Amino acid sequence: MSGDLTTTRPLDTLELMINMGPQHPSTHGVFRMVVWVDGERIVNMEPYIGYLHRGSEKLSEGELYNQVITLFDRLDYVSNFNNELTFCMAIEKLMGVQVPERAQYIRVIMCELNRIASHLLFYGTFGLDVGAMTPIMYGFRDRERIQSIFEAVSGARLMHNYFRVGGLRQDVPSDFRERMERLLPQLEQGVEECDQLLSYNEVFLARTRSIGVLTKEEAIAYGASGPVLRASGVPEDVRVSEPYSVYDRFDFNVPVGKKGDCWDRYYVRVEEMRESLKIIRQVLAQLPDGPIMAAGVRRIIRPPRGEVYVRTENPRGDFGVFLVSDGTDKPYRVKIRPPSFLNLQAMQAMMRNAYVADVVVILGSVDIVLGEVDR
Amino acid sequence: MLNSLKGLGVTLKTMLRKPVTAQYPKEHLPVNRRYMGFPALTWDFQVQEPYCVGCMVCIRNCPTQCMTATLKDNPLHKEGKSTRRKIVDIFEVNLGRCILCEICVEVCNFDAIVMSHEHELSKYERNGNRVDLQALLEMGKQYQEDTGWEPEQAAAPKEGVQA
Ligand code: SF4
Ligand code: SF4
Repeated sequence: MSGDLTTTRPLDTLELMINMGPQHPSTHGVFRMVVWVDGERIVNMEPYIGYLHRGSEKLSEGELYNQVITLFDRLDYVSNFNNELTFCMAIEKLMGVQVPERAQYIRVIMCELNRIASHLLFYGTFGLDVGAMTPIMYGFRDRERIQSIFEAVSGARLMHNYFRVGGLRQDVPSDFRERMERLLPQLEQGVEECDQLLSYNEVFLARTRSIGVLTKEEAIAYGASGPVLRASGVPEDVRVSEPYSVYDRFDFNVPVGKKGDCWDRYYVRVEEMRESLKIIRQVLAQLPDGPIMAAGVRRIIRPPRGEVYVRTENPRGDFGVFLVSDGTDKPYRVKIRPPSFLNLQAMQAMMRNAYVADVVVILGSVDIVLGEVDR
Repeated sequence: MLNSLKGLGVTLKTMLRKPVTAQYPKEHLPVNRRYMGFPALTWDFQVQEPYCVGCMVCIRNCPTQCMTATLKDNPLHKEGKSTRRKIVDIFEVNLGRCILCEICVEVCNFDAIVMSHEHELSKYERNGNRVDLQALLEMGKQYQEDTGWEPEQAAAPKEGVQA
């Protein structure tokens, strides 16, 4: 600055680099992104991850198989049951264990309840991201009810450690069915209320419609999965395309979006909650009696030498576990394919040419969990 | 405009309903029967000694290695009052490291350890939650009293569990 304010020299515009995070209230965890802006427009965006890296994959190599399940609880800390299921299924596949029917059904109930709980959390925080304070109150009211069921069944509200190789730790409590019968109408009403409250609100539509569009081709190219992929119009769901556990016995739809914008990503999740409720109703109707643990599974698990890959549909997308066993009681290698990690990359495409004000909305609509991204 | 009013209708409907929240420190919601609080050791009221024999199976299986224990000859066994030949001497758990996973309870063959309902244990020191045998037994007795806990495993081993 020369202090010469009367200059006639033309002002040049510069791209400005803005650093957002890692400690930013709306980054959904410790996540840093660097955004280059030209005025109000975003030119480029780059995600920087690793702030929540706990070395889960490496840690797994030093733990007994039963202890690794506790690590999977802590990967994606809002959909714990789904993670536990994937890891247990990987070992079961390797060992050729047939899980009893009742255990499979209870697993499905827990996973679907977890999916609803996770989407309700998304619903609340997405509301906050666009500047609506009310939705989180409704989302958390119903999420709390689900967690109270979790507490009754597994003893913990978040870190359950409930699924075991070959079945479950213990059977559901005796009043489980009554509690579910009470919970389901409440949830159904809750989801409808959530939908009415926010989905077609004019301000909300203005903030999310045609914002952060991810085309079908881009979504596939980035390897996106889950609601992000389905919002772009690809009807891909591991529960349908490669049914695992007993999902092939239930009748449910795979909701897809049309445009792949933020609103579609939001509404796909609302629809998914309805579908999950439908699944739970069917599971409860068919829930058989019987053992909950496969016979002959020893306490110290030693799967045979070999490798296996298992994938399941987590609330955030396609969650995969690649497990190599060398025949000992500890895994030789555990590789995790986290859906949020790949969905996060697709954000670059969504953000191109968006406005600065929409950064938080787009990030919120992807619904990442950093525990899973960084592992 | 109409849809915003619809949303407003939802909030109006819930306005007159009873609140679902509880004011936490003043009001404690009851925990479920299976709730997993911090681990505690159980007390055998018949013989007046702990169930724990200090076999260290739980210690080897704990994912965070937060426990230590030693055993000694049981004086009550010599007097013929107890069937336990060995008994726990020192038992310490660093509850600050415990991740409440219930693996210790699952592997114990003597019903000696339970997940109590204790969950409010904030301390000012970093290692303020290292508890010894006495404190663990107190927590256990409290839990046994509250829930009417009965040993089960000694009679019938858990299904599918083989050591
Ligand atoms: S609590 Fe059970 S497993 Fe642990 S040392 Fe005592 S008897 Fe052994
Ligand atoms: S609950 Fe888990 S972490 Fe805590 S003492 Fe028991 S085995 Fe260790």
